[in-house]
Amino acid sequence: MEKAATRGSDGEVGGRRELETVVVRFAGDSGDGIQLTGGQFTQVTALAGNDLTTFPDFPAEIRAPTGTTYGISTFQINFGGRRIMTAGDRPDVLVALNPAALKVNLADLAPGDQIITDAGAYTERNLRKAGYGANPLEDGSLKKYRVIPIEISKLTLEAVKPVGISQKDGLRCKNLWTLGLIYWLYDRDRQPTIEWLHRKFEGRPELAEANVAALNAGHAYGETVELEGEVKGFAVRQAQIEPGLYRNVTGGEALSWGLVAGAELAGLKLFLGSYPITPASTLLHLLARLKHFGVVTFQAEDEMAAICAAIGASYAGGIGVTSSSGPGIALKAEALGLAISAELPLVVVNTQRAGPSTGLPTKTEQSDLFQAVFGRNADSPLAVIAARSPADCFEVGVEAIRIATRHMTPVMVLSDGYIANASEPWLIPDVGDFAFEPPKFHTEPDGFQPYLRDPDNLARVWAIPGTPGIEHRVGGIEKDHDTGNISYDPANHQRMTDVRAEKVARIADDLPLQTPEIGEASGRMAVVGWGSTFGAIGRAVINLRAEGYEVSQIHLRHIWPLPRNLGELLAGFDSVLVAEMNTGQLKMLLRGQFLVPAEGLNKVTGQPFKISEIEFAVRTRLEKEDERSRVR
Amino acid sequence: MNEVASGDRLTPKDYASDQEIRWCPGCGDYAIVTAVQRTLADLAVARDKTVFVSGIGCASRFPYYMATYGFHTIHGRAPAIATGIKLTNPELDVWVISGDGDALSIGGNHLLHVLRRNLDIQFLLFNNEIYGLTKGQYSPTSRSGTRSPSTPTGSIDRPVAPASFALGAGARFLARAVDTQRNHLCDVLKRAHAHRGASFVEIFQNCIVYNDDVFAGFTHKDVADDAQIRVEHGKPLIFGKERNRGLRLAQGRMAFEVATLGEGEGDILVHDETDRVLALMLAELAPPAFPMALGVLYCDPAESFDAALAAQMEHAKAEAPDADVNALLRQGHTWRV
Repeated sequence: MEKAATRGSDGEVGGRRELETVVVRFAGDSGDGIQLTGGQFTQVTALAGNDLTTFPDFPAEIRAPTGTTYGISTFQINFGGRRIMTAGDRPDVLVALNPAALKVNLADLAPGDQIITDAGAYTERNLRKAGYGANPLEDGSLKKYRVIPIEISKLTLEAVKPVGISQKDGLRCKNLWTLGLIYWLYDRDRQPTIEWLHRKFEGRPELAEANVAALNAGHAYGETVELEGEVKGFAVRQAQIEPGLYRNVTGGEALSWGLVAGAELAGLKLFLGSYPITPASTLLHLLARLKHFGVVTFQAEDEMAAICAAIGASYAGGIGVTSSSGPGIALKAEALGLAISAELPLVVVNTQRAGPSTGLPTKTEQSDLFQAVFGRNADSPLAVIAARSPADCFEVGVEAIRIATRHMTPVMVLSDGYIANASEPWLIPDVGDFAFEPPKFHTEPDGFQPYLRDPDNLARVWAIPGTPGIEHRVGGIEKDHDTGNISYDPANHQRMTDVRAEKVARIADDLPLQTPEIGEASGRMAVVGWGSTFGAIGRAVINLRAEGYEVSQIHLRHIWPLPRNLGELLAGFDSVLVAEMNTGQLKMLLRGQFLVPAEGLNKVTGQPFKISEIEFAVRTRLEKEDERSRVR
Repeated sequence: MNEVASGDRLTPKDYASDQEIRWCPGCGDYAIVTAVQRTLADLAVARDKTVFVSGIGCASRFPYYMATYGFHTIHGRAPAIATGIKLTNPELDVWVISGDGDALSIGGNHLLHVLRRNLDIQFLLFNNEIYGLTKGQYSPTSRSGTRSPSTPTGSIDRPVAPASFALGAGARFLARAVDTQRNHLCDVLKRAHAHRGASFVEIFQNCIVYNDDVFAGFTHKDVADDAQIRVEHGKPLIFGKERNRGLRLAQGRMAFEVATLGEGEGDILVHDETDRVLALMLAELAPPAFPMALGVLYCDPAESFDAALAAQMEHAKAEAPDADVNALLRQGHTWRV
């Protein structure tokens, strides 16, 4: 479920209680295979016809000591028979493979939620490592939940015994045993996972056999044993989904493919210069495997070299991309100024994380909006766009290359740790369907000047080395508007500053006008957002409208320049609430640009917004206004 | 925008842009730009295939004066920009122009990595042992005790030795020249250009305003013959006005000593430019006890970074010749609704 108020129907299907949506969270040690377990559950759930969204959350430590609270890895999936827009506010079912996993996640549960846990893991040693003085399974502290303790380790070892593998290898199958039980609980098909196990352990058939045995045993356990609390399993009906070919995709994957597609549509060599940083390195890893598409990846010596190499690539006639997270973007700022001054296309991906400084590298935040729009010395405008969900990253990748090459400008792409790692089903597009005018290099020597501009959008010509007859020099020193030669002329600097700003402003001429995602184009309140808050705001607005509130959702892809009609659109609402995971950056931008009395709903806990938090904030504000108008 | 002289062959002037040069009168950079233009004409390189990339500093103005492609970038980052250029279009002939502050202070990291990767570029370090453009502060190559606006009582840090740094970084080509010794400089530049990989050339360049005559101890015409040794592959390490002095190994020690010919010249070492240990020993020689070693100290080619990348790319394309983006999006687990 995404929110308790909309919990699903209570009908029965084949002896199973029917649910509209469910949130399951798997939690265990980093070494327990939690992410793999979640990935398999995601796949079979998609096959079952449910819509879904997932949220993997793993510790910053690479190999934290087993059994400790800081070594817990979790994977949450929200799935159901309607459109699923977030990974869920909180789990309905927590699968905790040890006491530490229980301890870390308990605070997110509501009374009556289900806990499935490995009773065999509650040894004195594990309890101590998790910081429990007494065994929570025995001291009554869990009585408000529906706890199902099962001897998972013991049952797993029994199940794999016939295969004859070591106890250590056997115990590693307990995630598959647990998965088997959850498959039974939600009536999922085991076959795709069985096939996957055979592929994964191709060279070691005994491990494949053991894992399949564990999966089947977990499933059989659900079927035959009466689970405590009279659990008989659930049915989740299929969602209404647009027909077509689907796959599950993470934001990292979608963005890398979007960039490859964008480069292909542009007819350009894709060059990524990057320096490893959490949580942005995925893009480097994924693109490094795509050499057969002509993609060049360069792991640079530092963040400055990474962006400078990308600038060099664009200068030479490729499309340069650099990727990092906030601290790395800060290091790239000077070079961004060069790309702005030299008016070269460039894509800069910022997978935002919580800061300042090292901050919380694996936790998500949207606090680099100011850095993206303003974070450079001098008047240094560039385009900023934001991805709203994992699958949306594909279109954003294509769009970034389109804007960069059409307008000869750096484009900052804002993603975040949540989008990069989370996944959702994606209706796979046909790349041929994208409207994209490939850029043309300038080759005509007659009348050539390096800063010749398109009279409409003010983009300068792209004249690349290797072209005879137009040899020229560019750089970071101010250039004469007409000749491109170095110029210290005061009036010329004013003119060039104005041109650079106007060039970026005119990107908006190409952009679609902003429309509400949900609701009318005017009303009592617009909830405005950008980036990964899309799902949470959307579901909250749907719920609030069902309760009769006159609320609309406006979600921005284009942060700079802003859509032409945005000011007018916002002016049509009595109030504007900007929900973002920072202390009010878009809010301040909108106030500054449009003089709208926007208010902020802000959260910086490193965790995504909950739907209930947004609903609560909207209700509270609207009710307060109602009260005020009554008093008047 | 650059008029070509009549006739097939370009002259040094054809490699000069129409921009007025703005270095101080008497600056060593004038001699270097002239030598580079002459070298390019001698080699008959294509102007449209040639790119000069620079960072920030007096030396970094260099690209504006060349009738080739040029990119005047930001402080210290020219090697990184050059990397992106060369990897994107390996056909381009890329030169990086840098100074001692640009290359060894703010850009030290990039120089280290471009050399170890062995990217196929020519890297010209204009070493004048001072910051010129920012008005005379001491630089990372300034000698200890250098008095400057930022070190009024003398600098207290020891200088970095560019040639030793380059060898330590894994450079496969190391040469040295003096700004005003045009013929020798041109010869060195031609060798650097011929070398496939990162060619590191340290050019002793006189800053007439802030550090005049800092190299006079071995460049002044009165002392040059005795204070310099021009090394040549396969030739004995001989120097001196009378060509009667040579370098040999001291007995029982890993060190040079100066010998006078006619007094046991059979021991004079023959230069082997593929010998990295010898190159390091030559690079460390310093006047007045020893001559300053000039010429190609080290040249031992290895596969360049761009060539290795091209090989990987070709291999990947041969393995998957029908790369198709739509197929990429559909690979792995999919399902139909």
